[in-house]
Amino acid sequence: MIRTTIDLPLHQLAHCRAGDKGNTSNISVIAWDTECFQLLLEQLTETSVATWFGHRHPTRVTRYVLPRIESMNFVLEGILDGGVNDALNLDTHGKGLSFWLLEMPIAAPLQLADRLSNQIY
Amino acid sequence: MTAKNLFVGCATGFSGDRTDGTVPVVDTLIALGGGVLTFETLAERTLALAQIEKRKNPLHGYEPLLDDLVGPVLRRCLDHSIKIVSNFGAANPQAAAQRIYALARVQGLRRPRIAVVHGDDLTQPEQLQSLLKRLGSNIDPARIVSANAYLGAQQISEALQDGADIVVTGRVSDPSLTLGPVLAHFGWSLDDWHKLGCGTMAGHMLECGTQVSGGYFCVPGQKPVEGMDRIGFPIAEIDSQGNFSVFKAANTGGRVDLRTAKEQLLYEVHDPASYLTPDVTADITNATITETAANRVRIDGVTGHERPAELKVNVCYDNGWLCEAEISYAGFKAKERAMLAGDTIRKRIGHLIDLRIDIIGALSIFGDDAGELAAKGFNAPANDVRLRVAGVHMQKETAEKVSREVLSLYCCGPAGGGGVRSSIKPRLDTLSCTIPRDFVDAGWTIAQEQRT
Repeated sequence: MIRTTIDLPLHQLAHCRAGDKGNTSNISVIAWDTECFQLLLEQLTETSVATWFGHRHPTRVTRYVLPRIESMNFVLEGILDGGVNDALNLDTHGKGLSFWLLEMPIAAPLQLADRLSNQIY
Repeated sequence: MTAKNLFVGCATGFSGDRTDGTVPVVDTLIALGGGVLTFETLAERTLALAQIEKRKNPLHGYEPLLDDLVGPVLRRCLDHSIKIVSNFGAANPQAAAQRIYALARVQGLRRPRIAVVHGDDLTQPEQLQSLLKRLGSNIDPARIVSANAYLGAQQISEALQDGADIVVTGRVSDPSLTLGPVLAHFGWSLDDWHKLGCGTMAGHMLECGTQVSGGYFCVPGQKPVEGMDRIGFPIAEIDSQGNFSVFKAANTGGRVDLRTAKEQLLYEVHDPASYLTPDVTADITNATITETAANRVRIDGVTGHERPAELKVNVCYDNGWLCEAEISYAGFKAKERAMLAGDTIRKRIGHLIDLRIDIIGALSIFGDDAGELAAKGFNAPANDVRLRVAGVHMQKETAEKVSREVLSLYCCGPAGGGGVRSSIKPRLDTLSCTIPRDFVDAGWTIAQEQRT
């Protein structure tokens, strides 16, 4: 079988920022372009993101889509071990969790992968 | 006649932010013919820390960097009618106002008219009792350090319309620092939800300082930002209909474009159709962003809906002690030695204290407190790591065992551990709820100057 896709880390398709409120983290996912956004709509789902954060035991994951800015916003409840005052994590805010999501593999067509490699935005 | 556009700059995004971003913001506002200077300085726990300072000294409890923020620009702000609006009053807005009067005296300036917003503090015994009932919590009220409602833009707006040069608040919602002056300037009705939604999101774009102008955005080699050592703080231009643009102070580093603006637009947002503040339910579902010039974006499509019925309250309370200690291992089997040290400490005190163990350099902040990710193993090569042990306990003496155990690794091994550092600090926890608006007696007064 001829391979037509390749797994890319999310950071080749999008950029992200994490924010916190209490024990809830929200992570924005902003596609680098329209083609990336279409792939993310299919693959970056509430279920796949909840699985990727499995060790943080989210009690609920909600995806909000903002098509006009080719972005999504994931709200992950219960993943901050209590949040800024409660967690023993060095990063009690979960500021770095955007970079955990940015490692998530996304299956991309080979041609797209070529175009995205080593892009500077 | 339509009012002129209003410029609002924000020169800090939190307590502890750089203080030297203020001068370029003021320079730019003056060049534009005036405007409003805001400072956002209150994160979730900042107010509780300020309450602790106020307990120690009744003249403290406001933003510790106040002199550095206001001192260098006070003269020019007064000369050019640039209003200053900030939550840097923290737990003690009156004391902050007195400090600014003193700064004006020392600099030989005219006495500014300083308004102080009150009503956010809910630490009176009867207020605490009602809050605890609302929270369904049975913690001892004596453990409560701070209890504050998030106030909105109304009091700020009224004080400015009354001629205040400076408005000092405690807890208000961050975007209200912008919406307040916008309301005062354009005279919008408090139920003009569309415009309030726009003014609120303008404030949201500004409230984290350089987060919108490239600072927290930068990844070298992927999304680079020029001039990271002198990033410009942001300024919004808002028109009478609520349309707004965001740019940054002149002659600074940083970048404002589609990508930096999108990251900030969604920062700490949950449902984009329902961004809740005391003033309005803002809605960015159909927001669009356009680059209209170099380092300038226009945000369209924002709207708003009726404000939430109740106000949000944060209650901070003492919750024991957090002790953290670290030791480094480098070279041959560094990770294995660090892991053995961690296991050893867990065997010795894990039954007494809830512990978290990190191997910094191999796996730390991605992991959960329970260590589930760490238990799966981490195979990345790591030959220069730092063991971190963190533990909490209600009793200080017990919590301190964490630092004593890490210190004892110097002789008890494993081999080659060095560079122990440790700290112990009181731990604060937060409870949140909402309360009816009439529970809060929000208002403002002009602070009476007290000369000592």
